[in-house]
Amino acid sequence: MDTLAQLANGFGVALTPMNLVWSFTGVALGTAIGVLPGLGPALTIALLLPITYKVDATGAFILFAGIYYGAMYGGSTTSILLNTPGESATIITSLEGNKMARRGRGGAALATAAIGSFVAGTIGTMGLTFLAPIVVDFALKFGPAEYFSLMILAFVTVSAVLGNSAIRGLTALFFGIWLGLIGVDLQTGQARFTFGVLELLDGVNVIVVAVGLFAVGETIHLAARHRYGQDEILPVKDSLWMTREDWGRSWKAWLRGSAVGFPIGALPAGGAEVPTFLSYYMEKKLSKKPEEFGHGAIEGVAGPEAANNASAAGVLVPMLTLGLPTSATAAIMLSAFQSYGINPGPQLLMTQSNLVWGLIASLYIGNVMLLILNLPLIGLWVKILAIPAPLLYGGILVFATIGTYGISQSPIDLVLLYVIGGIGFLMRKYDFPTAPVIIGLILGPLAEQEFRRAMTIAQGDLTVLVTRPLSLTLLILAALALVGPHAYRWWAKAR
Amino acid sequence: MQERSAGAIAVALGVVVLGIAVGYETSQIPMSPAYAKVGPKAFPTMVAAGLILLGLALFLQAWTGEWKAEEEENSGPPDWRALGWVGFGLAVNVALIGVLGFILSSTVLFASIARGFGSRKPLRDLGIAFVFSAVCYLGFAKVLGINMGSGILERFL
Repeated sequence: MDTLAQLANGFGVALTPMNLVWSFTGVALGTAIGVLPGLGPALTIALLLPITYKVDATGAFILFAGIYYGAMYGGSTTSILLNTPGESATIITSLEGNKMARRGRGGAALATAAIGSFVAGTIGTMGLTFLAPIVVDFALKFGPAEYFSLMILAFVTVSAVLGNSAIRGLTALFFGIWLGLIGVDLQTGQARFTFGVLELLDGVNVIVVAVGLFAVGETIHLAARHRYGQDEILPVKDSLWMTREDWGRSWKAWLRGSAVGFPIGALPAGGAEVPTFLSYYMEKKLSKKPEEFGHGAIEGVAGPEAANNASAAGVLVPMLTLGLPTSATAAIMLSAFQSYGINPGPQLLMTQSNLVWGLIASLYIGNVMLLILNLPLIGLWVKILAIPAPLLYGGILVFATIGTYGISQSPIDLVLLYVIGGIGFLMRKYDFPTAPVIIGLILGPLAEQEFRRAMTIAQGDLTVLVTRPLSLTLLILAALALVGPHAYRWWAKAR
Repeated sequence: MQERSAGAIAVALGVVVLGIAVGYETSQIPMSPAYAKVGPKAFPTMVAAGLILLGLALFLQAWTGEWKAEEEENSGPPDWRALGWVGFGLAVNVALIGVLGFILSSTVLFASIARGFGSRKPLRDLGIAFVFSAVCYLGFAKVLGINMGSGILERFL
């Protein structure tokens, strides 16, 4: 019952008027950027990182978490009405959702997406509430060797398992780790990879990298490909009330989607793409009307949307209990912890109990706000979709300038921003995933720190990584994740 | 045998070159004997080795034609005019933000990007860009207290 007492305490924190304002601002902003194609929660939170100098940690994290959850809701609106997924995790939603909207059932699709997101978000948050203390108990047994091996596992799963190519994913990861190494080495005071540029001594700022890759890179990519023609926004003709049949077909899909999404999100593999795909195929198999799939089956919206939101809650489990980010958004939130001087890890739940439980409580509250914002007020968000692309991207790049120039008022940072934007463009063009760069940038220095700690304790003996059973298990899992899919493909071919 | 993509080969070689550069820079980090075992060089050495190996693997994939730019198959060459306007906006911003200040520099940036994205109403864009940049400046610099530097107009705000 200790957990419930803590949660009650968290509600006490989250329900203060100021924190309610932060939560509302977060979910409203999150919905807006989720609706806009090309803007995501990772980019938005990166742009808002400077507020960590002004706002207390609890307020800032309630804001960030609201943006994170809100973007998931907003993304589904775009997928359904525009067929241009606003968020990579909502690609699946557009398969059936857009077909439903074309058949004049857009209202029902939006309703099942929003209610499903609410159900799954609430179930996922409950999962987070009760799983987090258990993971923490387990994680307290970890030494530096175990942490290092766990980070290796996370590196492999976020870069090699997700995405189209393990080699390109790992290249992106190594590039990110290298960016993370730039600057003064904190243990010895040596400057590394600064090329004599003073601005680089403090390291490469995560804002510059995130904004460069996601905002500048994306803008160059779209301009080069001429992919900014206004897509047709489908009008919502029907009512937002779902019929009896819609409810009957949706509720099981919501629950199944949550059951798939949360555990996959909570594993140090992360990512919302895998559970949404899984949920889609599961619903297709289980549906009594499989012939409707591809023509607007409501289960195909309900299941993946639920999976998406439940996995978003799941990603917060390793983030808050282990300090292990498994998505670009979580990595940027982790860097916000660092800028408050808070060490994320198993101690977080004890040392920052008000912050963590206030954050978790705000997720329950945010979900209720999002349900209201996304059903009765849906018309408001649809209007955002009508912003013409030239003005939208002009505005995005002005925001990118603010985020970067506001750090140091140095044009050098702008040059760095645009160079990274150019690299982001090349990465998009040649099909490299960008999230591993951010994760490498944030997690790389932490991995190095744990590695050096482990080596100092073991007096430089590398075998410590494989002689401690827990560490060995994690490394074997990482090797399996790296080689497994290839071995399976090879085996399937050979048969 | 599929056709190979020169761009993909160049990217692969770029990764190898980056790996070599990281390796060279690592060798230049001075080492104190106290940290001889796992000093500041251990991790960078691994990163350099990783980048070189991955670059070689990418080169192999590019050479066999297994990997190429996604759009080389389904769309034509990039839109150079659009890229030119975007590049112009970015360059102007870097060059002028220190001299003119955030508001005017961002106005030019915004309007150039809009032009790159196919807008044909430069005066309207400049107007919107100016209002947008000024509102952003007021919001971020005055309300949130983020230092956005000074400039011609910023002095009077």
